[in-house]
Amino acid sequence: MRLMVNGQEHEVAVPEDMPLLWVLRDVLGLTGTKFGCGMAQCGACTVLVDGKPLRSCVRPAASMTGQAITTIEGLSAHGEHPVQVAWAEVDVVQCGYCQSGQILAAVALLAAKPQPSDADIDAALGGNLCRCGTYQRIRGAVHRAAELMRS
Amino acid sequence: MSGRTEISRRSFLKTSAAVGGGLVVGFFVPAGLGGRRALAQALSEGEGAGEGVGAGGAAPAVLPPANAFLRIGSDESVTVLLAHSEMGQGIWTTLPMLVNEELDADWARFRVEHAPAAAVYGSTAYHVQMTGGSTTTWSELDRYRQVGAVTRTLLVAAAAARWGVAPGDCRTDRGHVVCGERRASYGSLAEDAAKLPPPARVDLKPASDWKVIGRPTRRLDTPEKTTGRAQFGLDVRLPGLLTAVVARPPTFGGKVKSFDATAARAVPGVRAVVEIPAGVAVAGDHFWAAKRGRDALKVEWDEGPHAGIDSARIREDLRARARTAGVRAASGGDAARALAAGGPAGSAGVAGAAKIALVAEYSVPYLAHAPMEPLNCTVRRTAAGCEVWTGTQFQTVDQARVAEIFGLKPEQVSIHTTFLGGGFGRRANLASDFVAEAAQVARQLDQPVKLVWTRDDDIRGGYYRPLAVHRLEGTLDEHGAPLAWRQRIATQSILAGTPFTAMIKDGIDPTCVEGASDSPYVTAIPHHRVELHTVETGVPVLWWRSVGHTHTAFAVESFLDELAHAARRDPLELRRALLAKAPRVRAVLELAAEKAGWGSPPPPGRARGLAVHESFGSIVAQVAEVGVEGGQIRVHRVVVAVDCGICINPLGVRAQMESAVAFGLGAALHGQVTIERGRVVESNFHDYRILRLYEMPRVEVHIVESHEKPGGAGEPGTPPVAPAVANAVFALTGKRLRDLPFRLA
Repeated sequence: MRLMVNGQEHEVAVPEDMPLLWVLRDVLGLTGTKFGCGMAQCGACTVLVDGKPLRSCVRPAASMTGQAITTIEGLSAHGEHPVQVAWAEVDVVQCGYCQSGQILAAVALLAAKPQPSDADIDAALGGNLCRCGTYQRIRGAVHRAAELMRS
Repeated sequence: MSGRTEISRRSFLKTSAAVGGGLVVGFFVPAGLGGRRALAQALSEGEGAGEGVGAGGAAPAVLPPANAFLRIGSDESVTVLLAHSEMGQGIWTTLPMLVNEELDADWARFRVEHAPAAAVYGSTAYHVQMTGGSTTTWSELDRYRQVGAVTRTLLVAAAAARWGVAPGDCRTDRGHVVCGERRASYGSLAEDAAKLPPPARVDLKPASDWKVIGRPTRRLDTPEKTTGRAQFGLDVRLPGLLTAVVARPPTFGGKVKSFDATAARAVPGVRAVVEIPAGVAVAGDHFWAAKRGRDALKVEWDEGPHAGIDSARIREDLRARARTAGVRAASGGDAARALAAGGPAGSAGVAGAAKIALVAEYSVPYLAHAPMEPLNCTVRRTAAGCEVWTGTQFQTVDQARVAEIFGLKPEQVSIHTTFLGGGFGRRANLASDFVAEAAQVARQLDQPVKLVWTRDDDIRGGYYRPLAVHRLEGTLDEHGAPLAWRQRIATQSILAGTPFTAMIKDGIDPTCVEGASDSPYVTAIPHHRVELHTVETGVPVLWWRSVGHTHTAFAVESFLDELAHAARRDPLELRRALLAKAPRVRAVLELAAEKAGWGSPPPPGRARGLAVHESFGSIVAQVAEVGVEGGQIRVHRVVVAVDCGICINPLGVRAQMESAVAFGLGAALHGQVTIERGRVVESNFHDYRILRLYEMPRVEVHIVESHEKPGGAGEPGTPPVAPAVANAVFALTGKRLRDLPFRLA
């Protein structure tokens, strides 16, 4: 099957039922997308598909052919996307494991709602778990990213 | 903490050239003195340790010599090696800060690496290489500053020799040595410095001259953690690497009776099925093949001796035990007599003419750590031994375990510590469970293998915060002052049967009673007694962020609140009175209360509750502002005051306080591992719930300016959350929540 990931086309031969997450990680070597639960409960595996967040741990890669998949590696060349910049300014990360998913969920939210309220953020990122509890800073960083994107 | 540090007597410190040019400063444990004893001895004498390995330690360029703490590269890089693991707590930043307080290098040049496993990296607090007990930053305050000071001294000496001036005429300026008009960068001096003998002693700056310590400093690991480049254990990739998952018995202590791997082997991509002590491992080309292979396995289990475990029954058993006398952990006065004289016991809030007697029971469930990164470990056999990649809190323990499995010497096992996707105690496993499993699989295969636990494996695989019951009895005198306090704790020992058994003294595992037996409240009550019942259940237990304090703080701070309400005294005022001899604790409580507006009316529909608790050398007070919405507890705001002594990185301490509130609140509202018929009921984040973004309160952190010895930051914020919330819920609704997780109905 052919997959379009971060603007690059890949031809992969994998089982029909293999979730996109494991194709990204174990076949393409894009390990920035994380495994947390395997049942769309934690959001660590979030990628963007045509700009919308998708839990890659439960979606077979075979169903994704022809769609533009963006992983954290494809968000920017060197971490200069406004959301990544805001994450650094607000000093969000702790262990960091969930942050790829958090950042991509925030990117999708800001694309849909350039000036999100706290309630919008809670709703959009409520499915992205962070065991370190960086939530307060995530809220702050999403607002900061919105500012950066406006200017 | 400041002043002159002798490094002479055993010449423990030496320098060497770095691979590719530059200076390496390290410590070592001298031959003949042997591992941890030597280190302990050296450190108790206030010395560093070290002899540099020469450039001959060249082997793979990625590996530093086994004793390096700091490398100054000719390319101007400054690389700090961490003797501890970065698991979110921020030591990737604080330990380099300690180095740079003395080194005066350019912060932008700093790089950080995890050190390999070696005795020289043993914790100065515990004497094995480990990360836990909220010890890293305070326990390294001297060692990492010394490294910085020695290095700066050498660089200055190299510059002075080059210029033919006295070292005393030189100063440093952000990565440069300066003398008059002359200026040389550290990188340009590194090779010369590597040829100099290390100084016999160095002066550490007095605290009044500190420029780095105490300055809010952003994390150094943000770039890799916001771009997906950070390497966690699960991200390790090697040529020919197989991924393995293990089918484990449904019960603790169960074993494989027989298995049929025919269908598993038929799954495309499955390469091997092997039995290990923990169960049956299926290895495949990738996780998905291994997982599908495991799904297809047919295993018949011997369920073993613990197939009847029922956590509700354990709780009832502990309740029954807590009603009887246990082993004394602490006492003062005569609690039994004072209680007997205190009026009718047995029901809450029974008031006598002048006295009040209260009895209450509190319970907490088993809890899984559930770090976001599932447990995993990669093992590769090599000609010389084997290599291990994992996110671990227990390097030298794991190293010894792997060596034992392969029949190697520990030094033949290299441990590559990756970033940890959370730890919370789970990756400091006394049996090295997930590491041992990977080694046992790798020993049977010709290829390197990455062993991965699924989330279900993690939630059901044991090593929980122990279930605990506390029975509290207390009386108040005619002025409403606590007169007697008896606390009977029934729980499991974490340390029994482990290499730490020696810490159990007179039948008391300190991790069962910490925070109660030494509580400043309890010990201030004229007649007090804390007792312990230790039970064995067959459920594997382990330290979980803040360990015994997770339940002792809940029981102590809740019961104290009950006493205050029974006496019709303000909960803050009663606490203040009891803390007369603990002024530091009292000041933290007062700060939190003041910042939270204690005494002023809360917003409509809300109430406040407070708690203060000391653990791991730091004191944290919290005021929770709570409402009830749709029958659910809603925590709107938590005001935190913390006295952690000297604060190395305020930004990091704030982050840890926010983190601890989220961790403790998730447990208070949702966390529970239930066992029925020997089987864990919960399996993943849908039924083992942790806090979500929309449940996160606004957290305000106030740090007490302190010159006291620094304490921990990672754990001490967790214990006060549950009691602060429970006390607020009582103030709001009149309902006393005595069992975790909280249920209003």
